[in-house]
Parts: sequence; structure tokens; C-alpha cells
Amino acid sequence: MSKKEREPLFSLKNLRLISGPINKGNPVTVLVLGICSALAVTVKLKPALVMGISVMVVLAFSNVVISMMRNLIPNRIRIIVQLVVISFMVIVVDQILRAYLFDVSKQLSVFVGLIITNCIIMGRLEAFALGNKPWQSFLDGIGNAAGYSLILVIVAFFRELLGSGTIWGYPVLEKLGLYKIGYENNGLMILPPMALITLGVIIWIQRSKNKDLIETK
Amino acid sequence: MEHIFNIFIKSIFINNMVFAYFLGMCSYLAVSKTVKTSTGLGIAVIFVLGITVPLNYTLNKYLLEPGALSWISKDFADVDLSYLSFIIFIATIASMTQLVEMIVERFAPALYAQLGIFLPLIAVNCAILGGSLFMQQRDYDTVWQATSFGIGSGVGWFLAIVALAAIREKIRYSNVPAPLRGLGITFIITGLMGIAFMSFMGIKL
Repeated sequence: MSKKEREPLFSLKNLRLISGPINKGNPVTVLVLGICSALAVTVKLKPALVMGISVMVVLAFSNVVISMMRNLIPNRIRIIVQLVVISFMVIVVDQILRAYLFDVSKQLSVFVGLIITNCIIMGRLEAFALGNKPWQSFLDGIGNAAGYSLILVIVAFFRELLGSGTIWGYPVLEKLGLYKIGYENNGLMILPPMALITLGVIIWIQRSKNKDLIETK
Repeated sequence: MEHIFNIFIKSIFINNMVFAYFLGMCSYLAVSKTVKTSTGLGIAVIFVLGITVPLNYTLNKYLLEPGALSWISKDFADVDLSYLSFIIFIATIASMTQLVEMIVERFAPALYAQLGIFLPLIAVNCAILGGSLFMQQRDYDTVWQATSFGIGSGVGWFLAIVALAAIREKIRYSNVPAPLRGLGITFIITGLMGIAFMSFMGIKL
């Protein structure tokens, strides 16, 4: 452990911890983690972004806490300890959202609470924070949550644009005059199943660009 | 007051956990490779939802809700502990799955051999915590309503995972475009199944 005395804070290896999960190690499209909430909050851009930021805060800080305690936690009860740390973070985030962003908090409804059982968080705590130092774990948390948020924002962008004709609440299609020539919003995009199909298409595009991600049977 | 049977049917078909709220997606995608294992997981989910939802309902009613503590004395009437609900619910779920696992192992070894590996997995299944949180949000009147909601959601989840597993067993023989293979096509199938399930929305109960 004492070989590298002081590694620079943003060394190449540390930066890779952030950039990796955004594309090739993306938690949603490659590792299939955290799908539950990824789909339910993507009707509009705003709740999707708020959800992404909430997950980032929870993941980064619980990664740091677990990483600091990693030598103290008995192996047998580590799941319970992790759940307690995560739920503490989620309660803090939930209270902040209720105080400052009440309307978004209403839209997200139970899905803020469901960050607790979001598999990304458990997965990163188990796979990374239990074996690495706090700073690296912090970066890993930020990177993974960024990958997650990226997918959320892409899905939400298409669903909001095609479903409601707006971007961030701004009526883009109306200003372009598309409604005058007979264009109608696709109501199907707002309904839950289209989130799955949008995500399926995103995976399709990503995998046809990166051939090595293709699953072999 | 809503009839128990209505709540049951509604939570299976109309407000299906998977197709309407995407809950329990992670294990839904990971374990749905064969019909046999997904049946095991589905039964375990029904079981745990049927136990934890009424239990959390009772806790919510007599401990967490604003004014819930008034049964102790009048002084506690304006105590609001609802910010603790996440931690209480997840603790109940984690300990109940552990307890159920121990009981099943002791008294029904044959069932344990089938369900055993899935029970610990369930503690972190979003469908279970989601069930409790929806129960809290919808504010059911009696514990029986909450129970029928819990079991109904479990049955809905069971139907969804078994149906997907059956389709995935068949799709192995078809020629899917290479980048879509595995995860991609599974998402699209789930989406199409969701559209089919939407036809239940018109039913008025």
C-alpha cells in the first residue's frame, strides 16, 4: 500500500475512473444496473436531471463513507451496514428536495426513496468502495452516476420532445410551427412502455458502434 | 372504501409493478433466462411482498404517520416521524427476508432448495420497497387492503417475469441483429409486453 506515497489527485488512472463508466462501462446500458428508476422518471427532462443529480450525491458520498469504514465492517453484516448508510443519504436528499424543489419531488414520488434499492449504489459499494481508498471511491461514484444520468437525460430528451413537444418545458415544436402543418404529439412516448423501447434502441446504437460490447450466446 | 378484490385485480393488471412502474427491473432482467428459475424468484417475491407490505402498513399506521403515536398518550399527538420511513421500511424488509429464509430452511427444506438462493436477493429488489412506499402513498384504510395490494403486486410481478422468461426461451432460436442480442431485445420485448398490458387500463373497477 505504501509504494505510491502521494499520487496526484487527478492522475490519468483517476480520471479514467470517471470517463470509463460514461461509455464502455456504462452502468445502465452495459452492466444493467439501476434500470428501475432510470425509466420511470424520464417523461420530462427536469425530473430526470434532478434524479441523476440525487443519485450522484447519494452514490458519491455513500461510496466515501463505506470506503472509510471498509476495514471496520464485519463481512457478515456488510449488507445491512451499507443499507443503513445509503438510507441515511437518501433521507437527507429527500428532505432537501422537499424543502427546495417541492414540485419535482412530487413528480418523482416514490422513486427518490427507491434510490436505496437502486442496484447501481449497492453494486458500486460492493465492487469498488469495499476495496479502494476514499478519493478513488468518490471519483468512481461520480463517474458511475454521470453515466447513469447521461442515459436518463438522453431518454428523457426524446420522450419529452416527441411526447409533449417541449424541451425543458419550452414549446419548441410550437415555435417551429409544426402544429400548423398538421403535426401531432405522439402520446405513446409519454406512456411507460416507450421508455423501454427507447432504451433498447440506445443500447442498439451503442453496441453497433462498440463491437466488443456485443453479447455472445 | 375500495373492495379488497378490486385492489387485488388492479394491482395485478392495471398497476402492474413491472409494466407501469418499472419496479424490480434489475432482477427481472437478470433472472429471466429460464422459466424454472424465474418461477422460483416470482413465488419468493409474492411471499415477501405478502408479508412485508402489511407489516410496514402497521408500522406506518402506529409509528410513523403524523399523529400516529397518539395511541400512547395525547402528548405525542403532533409527532411526525414520517421522515424515518425509508430506514424503517428497509430494515423491516431486510430482517423479514432473513427471517423467512431461516424459517423456510428449517421447516420446508424442499421449498428452500428451490427458493433459497433468491431470498437474500430480494432484500434489494426495488419491487419490495416500492410496494411498501406505494402502500404508504395510497393510504389504504385497513390492513386487509394493504395485504391484498401486496399479494396482488407480487402476482403481477410473477406473471411478468414468467412470461418474459418463456419468450426469451423461444427467442434463442431466432436471428436477432447482433448488437441487439441479449439486453437490447429484452428491453424491446418488455416494452411490447407493456403495450399489451396497457389494454387493461380501460377496465373500470
